[in-house]
Amino acid sequence: MSAPWSWALLPILVVIIGFALRQHPARVVLVAAISAGAVGGMRWDEFLAALGASFLKARYLLVLVFALPVVAQVEAFGLRELSRRLIAGWRGASTGRLLLGYLFVRQIAAALGLTSLGGHAQMVRPLVAPMAEAAAEQRDPAISPEEREQVRALSAATDNVGLFFGEDLFLAFGAVLLMQSFLAENGIELSPIHIALWGIPTAVLAFVIHATRLLWRDRRRVSGPRA
Amino acid sequence: MTLTPLYMLLGAFFAMVAWRAVRDQGGPARRARGAFYGVLGLLFVLGDWLPPVLAGVLVLLIAVIAGFALPQQAPRSATVEATASPSKRLLLPVLAVPLLTILLSVLFLRITPAGTPLFTSQSAPLYALAIACALALTLALWLTRDHTGAALARGGDLLEVIGWAAFLPLLLAVLGTLFAQAGVGVALADLIGSWLPLDQRWVAILAYGLGMALLTMAMGNAFAAFPVIAGGIGLPYLVSVHGADPAPLAAIGMLCGYCGTLMTPMAANFNLVPVALLELRDRNAVIRAQVPTALPLLAGNLVLLGLLCFR
Repeated sequence: MSAPWSWALLPILVVIIGFALRQHPARVVLVAAISAGAVGGMRWDEFLAALGASFLKARYLLVLVFALPVVAQVEAFGLRELSRRLIAGWRGASTGRLLLGYLFVRQIAAALGLTSLGGHAQMVRPLVAPMAEAAAEQRDPAISPEEREQVRALSAATDNVGLFFGEDLFLAFGAVLLMQSFLAENGIELSPIHIALWGIPTAVLAFVIHATRLLWRDRRRVSGPRA
Repeated sequence: MTLTPLYMLLGAFFAMVAWRAVRDQGGPARRARGAFYGVLGLLFVLGDWLPPVLAGVLVLLIAVIAGFALPQQAPRSATVEATASPSKRLLLPVLAVPLLTILLSVLFLRITPAGTPLFTSQSAPLYALAIACALALTLALWLTRDHTGAALARGGDLLEVIGWAAFLPLLLAVLGTLFAQAGVGVALADLIGSWLPLDQRWVAILAYGLGMALLTMAMGNAFAAFPVIAGGIGLPYLVSVHGADPAPLAAIGMLCGYCGTLMTPMAANFNLVPVALLELRDRNAVIRAQVPTALPLLAGNLVLLGLLCFR
């Protein structure tokens, strides 16, 4: 039972070791890319051309930058302070309940194909995170800076969970079409709806698990020891 | 319609950030910041006309600048003094961005002059987002009685707060392509297949679900992992040998991959960009917040695979 070592596994090892040693991600990518080019037997010009072509093709990932001037402008005039005040006016607000509401809306919207309703730059930074932080502050005025950062991180995590386990239910979503065409290439003909429907049990489970964590967090805050 | 006009606008924005960085009197690493955003501007504005080899050299250059010369901390904090009692109308531009994006992307897909659609399903939402942001910015400027230059400068400062993390998703997309060309995923599937007794049904289920999660973590993308694991373990063992139903096998397998996405720094746009955006000190803060959801969900997916594929 000797495993076939293949040099093609080297780039994965570079990535794992690099991130485990907490190296700068750009350096990890650089070394992993060079090792992938080397084990792939690429010549230098082939390597550079592959690098250039794939970078240029991925430029669409940066369209979120268009939202930055809007967000920065309203923040400069006090949007994050406003988000805090809105929460202060809502008695009984809690981080868990607030994020639970956001998770629900995000997941349903994504399942309907409305994935742009949300996002870290457009919604989490200017609205969701300051609100969640203000709710935590309301419960515990002596909240530590570490806990504040945890609340903000949980806001970003909630956005991701809602997006991931909502969008896969949408029929025209890339993942569903990718699975359909992959199965079709292998002689298994299925309609997109047949595949998307099987995402529902996991979507429900994801909501239940994350919602439980969010509400559990509230309970712990309320009943936890106070200094 | 190609995406070139959008890329040229973004490139011009990066050039402005570069110019401001170079002239940032007393700021840290002015030349490195200027070079980083300047080269990015070049890649975005001229990308469609650059020879791929030259573009590759420029990509290497920005990776080296990001890894060795850019300051780790943001040069300017984007947190600013809030006015005493901010108006509730400030919410409007922020809410306008997603709502207009949705509206416009539906609209754009219907524009078919002479029977041929003007936008594809990929380009329509991107144009919709860009135009929604332009409209929302106009609204924001009107509400705050400010001028465009000030808002663009503030947006540039915010981009510098995110810093190299904003560009990491592109570098990781490059890495994913190189991984695929080097046959990394196939080698990993072979390794799993040769080690484990996949003729046992439950071993094959575990190898398939965990393999999707692990390969997604290594490559940062469940889409790249799916053909490898489904082709290496899913179809030959679970479907052909054990008689699994392929529809739930594919759907739940992909979602095992998504659990992996929640746990890896390789999925930079989901896990590292928000760390920079929310100005968190712990680089793994978002991943740490996601692992307690991802692990039970992955276990649940493995159970669902066993139950739903073999009814």
